[in-house]
Amino acid sequence: MLFATLFITLGLLGPTFDKVLKGSIKDSVTETINQNPKLNSLSPAERNKVITTLMDEQIHNQGLDEPWFSPKRIYNTIFKVMALDLGRTTNTYQSSSGSSSIHDIILERLPRTVLLFGTATVITSAIGIYLGAFVAGREGSIWDKINSAFAVFSSGFPSWWLGMLMIILFAFSLRLFPAISLPQTLPTDPIYVFDLLYHMALPLITLVLIGFGSWSFTVRYFVILILGEDFIRAKRTAGIGERRILYSHALKNAAPPIFTSVALSLASSFGGAILAETVFSWPGMGLLYYEAIGNLDIPVLVGITYLSTLIFVITVFIVDLIYGYLDPRVKVSDGSGSES
Amino acid sequence: MTASELLSRREVTSKLFRSKWGVGGIAILLALVSVSIYALVAIPLESNKEWSNPTYWQDYPKSVAPAWTNLGSGDRFVEHTILTSANAITSESISQGTKAVTYSWKIDYHYESYPSNIILDTTVTYSKQPILQLDIVRPDGKDFKLYYSTLPSPQSSSSTFSRRVTSDDAIMQASLKSHVGEFMCSVDAAKPRIMIFSDTQECRVLKGIYTVTETLYFFGDSDAVNDAKFILGGQVFGPMGTDDLGRDLSIGILWGAPVALFIGLVVAVVSTLIGLIYGVFAGFKGRHIDEGMMRINDIFYSLPFLPLLIILSVSIGRSIFLFVGFLVLFGWVGMAKISRSLALQIKNLQYVEAAKLMGESDTKIIFRHIIPQLLPITFASIALTVPAAILGEAALSFLGLGDPTIPTWGRILHDANSAGAAARGLWWWVMIPGLMIALTGVAFILIGNTLNTIVNPRSRIRVG
Repeated sequence: MLFATLFITLGLLGPTFDKVLKGSIKDSVTETINQNPKLNSLSPAERNKVITTLMDEQIHNQGLDEPWFSPKRIYNTIFKVMALDLGRTTNTYQSSSGSSSIHDIILERLPRTVLLFGTATVITSAIGIYLGAFVAGREGSIWDKINSAFAVFSSGFPSWWLGMLMIILFAFSLRLFPAISLPQTLPTDPIYVFDLLYHMALPLITLVLIGFGSWSFTVRYFVILILGEDFIRAKRTAGIGERRILYSHALKNAAPPIFTSVALSLASSFGGAILAETVFSWPGMGLLYYEAIGNLDIPVLVGITYLSTLIFVITVFIVDLIYGYLDPRVKVSDGSGSES
Repeated sequence: MTASELLSRREVTSKLFRSKWGVGGIAILLALVSVSIYALVAIPLESNKEWSNPTYWQDYPKSVAPAWTNLGSGDRFVEHTILTSANAITSESISQGTKAVTYSWKIDYHYESYPSNIILDTTVTYSKQPILQLDIVRPDGKDFKLYYSTLPSPQSSSSTFSRRVTSDDAIMQASLKSHVGEFMCSVDAAKPRIMIFSDTQECRVLKGIYTVTETLYFFGDSDAVNDAKFILGGQVFGPMGTDDLGRDLSIGILWGAPVALFIGLVVAVVSTLIGLIYGVFAGFKGRHIDEGMMRINDIFYSLPFLPLLIILSVSIGRSIFLFVGFLVLFGWVGMAKISRSLALQIKNLQYVEAAKLMGESDTKIIFRHIIPQLLPITFASIALTVPAAILGEAALSFLGLGDPTIPTWGRILHDANSAGAAARGLWWWVMIPGLMIALTGVAFILIGNTLNTIVNPRSRIRVG
């Protein structure tokens, strides 16, 4: 499964990536030749011949003469991605330590994305789970209707647009938060943490606002399903309080599917990160991706895409495994645990 | 569940129209369709093509709010007005071998503030140097001669020349100096845009009808005016304002409607149908074929959607037709899962068994007996796929990967974001296109959810 997904990604990107790699080999070879004084006396035809020979040699060494689907290439690429050896950028990006290796740059940016989206997911899921259980206990009430309507409207909204509206409201009109989320102080400064949190506020509020509606809607769906089951009726007959049934018994039993959606939404939040970080200029992986699009920095694009695919696929795999433990009715061995 | 699929089409439609949310969704959709038709019919394709050409928009004001913002404030801001030769009263007279051509425009000036600029733009073809004269007659009867100058000598026997006289022009400022004494309040001849529209008795705006007259004196036989325009530079313009290149946002936003509906509907219909046939085939065939097909489905399900979409448009190309293809590539997966599970149920029904016993071919059973049962849920799924497709295209365009030849809502928002429109408070540039995306999305979600509730009562996804 993991390899199949990587294989498709490779298939989609392979040809383009090859073109870029060959282009960069040609550039580097031409440059070495130009700097070699011995070769300056050669005629243009002879020079071209030397360049072609050297290029072919390097292309062969890197295995680029074989198509992307040859076993050797696939093995190499997958191995490289696993080892996070993603090559170098073709542009002037650098990590703060001055390295142009994509591995270093991503490692610098990744924590910021994880910080923003991790916090947002925790807050959103907390609000969503509580709210979802709350409205599930009052099915058909005005709260339930408002919540459902809110979920429907927020799922049709582009989240990045809401981000822009938040900037107009909070950064331009009210002047409460900065419009650009890049902290002004240096990481070594003692107030850096507060500065970072202050700059994180606006994107965080936006992500929570756009997210909790559909969250509570999902939770409500699963909790209502559980509330309809016989064992809940048995507990009611036994005289257990409605609150306790709702928040403790029903919610606990609805946990496995809820857990699955938390994990999957976290793992797939990279797509949203590209958009949200672009709007707020939050210096994470998403903004790096956006800048790489602008500069057509293919190695960065491909590196991040591989990585995010990898993270997503591994999460799906782990979720499948853990699901079996959370819900004893599902056997791990049948391999399709997440289907509920 | 299967019983509910047997609802007739008429029942589904009547239930849809009885639902509050369904009717709301249909109303929004109808409004969008009329906007699209209006855009396709009324807005010339030319301005659509000129969207990326800054010189086309030079007569428009930059980053100004929509004209209706004046409504509550009693005409506080000057509405940007472009008067072309079609709006002018023209006359021509010949005396002593000199041909005088005049263009005169009437402006009803009822604003509380001064214009940001006044511009006279003239294009003439001549063989002998003509004279250009500009006069303005104010509501109080005063006649200001603003400009009187010869145009440059012709390069060849007959050359075309454009002159743009703005209120920064030195000749205009110099000719206004003689009038400074007529004002009680101190005025600055270096700022014609203020002086021309000031009251002579008090320090305020003089409201009323201004008559602008442009006269060209020609000395050659075949000399003529090609085009004449007078522009009153304002702080508000059009129904939706302009962006910082002066582009009239209403044109881009109206054009965005048919584009978004096209992408949304085509992607939704094609991908849902592919998913339907794929899923039904897998479910009907069962066993290894089912297993294998669903594994492929799982793989597509676990691909990161947006990053791959971005890579595809970077490496393959950017046109809305390609986007449709990319979005279909990822869009069929959900429907395939649903239709497979339904096909698993339907294939065990007696009439399908009977058809099998009668020796009907698999294709015939799938297309004649199973798929018709799934049509209502297919329509619901189509409606629910549209917002995802529109949001996908908008997201791509927002990241600057949109089709460069067509203004779409996402592309307008991309320009807004790169220009920092949100932080500069240019709300109309951000709010209106986004609102259109949200409205379109919500319309289809409302219709889709209502359909879903009708055809599939067990699903708890319902609104209100």
